[in-house]
Amino acid sequence: MAKKKFVVGCFDTEDTLFPAVKKVRMAGYKIHDVYTPFPVHGLDHAMGLRETSLHTAGFIYGITGTTTAVSCISWIFTKDWPLNIGGKPHFALPAWIPICFELTVLFAAVGMVLTFCYLCQLAPFVKKHHFHARATDDLFVMVIETTDKTNVDDLKAFLANSGAVETDVQVAEPGWWLGRYDREQELIRETAVAH
Amino acid sequence: MHLKYESQLREPLVDGNKTYHQVTEDIVRPIEAKPTKLWYVGFYTAVALLLFGVYSVYREVTYGIGQWNLNKTIGWGWDITNFVWWVGIGHAGTLISAILLLFRQGWRTGVNRAAEAMTIFAVMCAGQFPIFHMGRVWMAFFVLPYPNSRGPLWVNFNSPLLWDVFAISTYFTVSLLFWYSGLIPDFATVRDRAKTKLRKLLYGMAAFGWTGSTKHWQRHESLSLVLAGLSTPLVLSVHTIVSFDFATSVIPGWHTTIFPPYFVAGAIFSGFAMVQTLMLMVRKVFNLQDYITIGHIEAMNKVIVLTGSIVGVAYITELFMGWYSQNKYEAYTFMYSRAYLFSPYGWSYWGMMACNVISPQIFWFRKMRRNLFVTFFMSIIVNIGMWFERFVIIVTSLYRDYLPSSWSVYYSPTIWEIGFYAGTFGLFFTCFFLFAKYFPVIAIAEIKYVLKTTGESYKGDMAKQEDMKVDEFAHEYAH
Repeated sequence: MAKKKFVVGCFDTEDTLFPAVKKVRMAGYKIHDVYTPFPVHGLDHAMGLRETSLHTAGFIYGITGTTTAVSCISWIFTKDWPLNIGGKPHFALPAWIPICFELTVLFAAVGMVLTFCYLCQLAPFVKKHHFHARATDDLFVMVIETTDKTNVDDLKAFLANSGAVETDVQVAEPGWWLGRYDREQELIRETAVAH
Repeated sequence: MHLKYESQLREPLVDGNKTYHQVTEDIVRPIEAKPTKLWYVGFYTAVALLLFGVYSVYREVTYGIGQWNLNKTIGWGWDITNFVWWVGIGHAGTLISAILLLFRQGWRTGVNRAAEAMTIFAVMCAGQFPIFHMGRVWMAFFVLPYPNSRGPLWVNFNSPLLWDVFAISTYFTVSLLFWYSGLIPDFATVRDRAKTKLRKLLYGMAAFGWTGSTKHWQRHESLSLVLAGLSTPLVLSVHTIVSFDFATSVIPGWHTTIFPPYFVAGAIFSGFAMVQTLMLMVRKVFNLQDYITIGHIEAMNKVIVLTGSIVGVAYITELFMGWYSQNKYEAYTFMYSRAYLFSPYGWSYWGMMACNVISPQIFWFRKMRRNLFVTFFMSIIVNIGMWFERFVIIVTSLYRDYLPSSWSVYYSPTIWEIGFYAGTFGLFFTCFFLFAKYFPVIAIAEIKYVLKTTGESYKGDMAKQEDMKVDEFAHEYAH
């Protein structure tokens, strides 16, 4: 991905952030993202993000687990090696409920966490551009993507008017790359600013 | 601006005049500071215990199970008692992090991180016992179902002992994932404040490149909620399955149908006691009294008196059934081996009764629930009582079985059996000390999330809102 130019506005409380998000969107600017130190409820709706379908994925992983357990155990106990346990039925479904349940939970949990990490590009040694170090502390950082037509100064003034306590302009790589946090590292592939 | 309204009548969950930044400072401070002397003393004591445990296990692995005082009649002794005890302790962590999340109990935020850590360490300790009880521990992998070169000879999927393998390993994995996914944003907080290179590198790795993006938070919320939903039946299933190890057998005193709920209640009971023990120390050592308040302690004491009473009802039900069943073996086990004070193990039964049923009743009094000394003392008593409970269940049922000729002599553990148990304490506290020093012991992001609805400094605003007229309120706050 090429580097892009962003205007960053920092808010110190969610009470000013919400109206600002609304105003910025009404004014037709494209919000790249809002970085917050904790989940702010309703912010995703205010930004117009769609609901996540992670839970649906979780359900699918879960039934995969159940199916795996039922099919493996029944194959093993009825086809591959039918053990005679006191003449009891080989297909002893009630006795398999605990394992089927455990595998359902295991598959759903592991699958969801891996999917979550994949979707959010989370892994050790993954590095991303951080627009403000205090975004994980006490600042709500709104990042607006600029285009050729954006008047950066106007936008900064607009943000300050909407309650931003700090504004600045950054040229940054919006994607992720492999790197370490103790080193100043950028994406190795140096790309020009888009405009 | 807040969707959640909280009444003035409720105690604040976060004391003091906190801003978001202050919350970060308070919780991250112990990580960035040098460990105190007290920490070193505790840590090295734990490591010493761990090493003693390692040596005890080494003896057991080298010379065999004969290093323990188990015999043909009492085939399960301290080892399985300790296994059930540790697994039980783990349960409170999941209860706090998952079930109380689903019940929207705000007070869980102060204690959930440390309680989840406790769960993980307790399950690690628990797992050692059945594994080393196998004797030939190098063949432990035989419990895994995989197409092997021995037939393939599969494991018995109808056996509760195998259910345990699945239950405990799933429980450990899911708890670990739940805990770590909650830690990622907090590691990012530590990373972004880090001054030293090493801290930047390590917390940078641990934080997985977390930025705090709204979309990521949205997914994170969904993940936490579903993991909580999965963990809730999971935690109930785990101790249910542990109780099946006993309940599906034909031993008097074991094959009772109330075992699953009785075990789960007992697990939560002992787990909360352990959380109290740890939390009272953590809040004192790291100055976190504003986050783990007396209100938190009181809430947990309420759970302790509730679950302790459930356990008490279960004990009495068992005694009643021992008589009502008209089965002489049942009656002998309950009336003689357990409830008769002067039978060989009568002392353990009455020790259990005193610690688990009688003494927690002190928490019906508000003053006692809010007294730190009483709480700390009781938290230890409860865990001793819960250890006795498992010992009673296992040993008093086994030592005199159906065949009087195989009745056992008095069972007392060897030094290596005790050493193994002490070693798991070493493991638990080594892990816990490392956790307390290098991890955010309180979920930073979650505290910030509830700060404005439940923080002391914001409660005043709510009083104002409560006094407002409806149309005035609508004009000011609704939008």
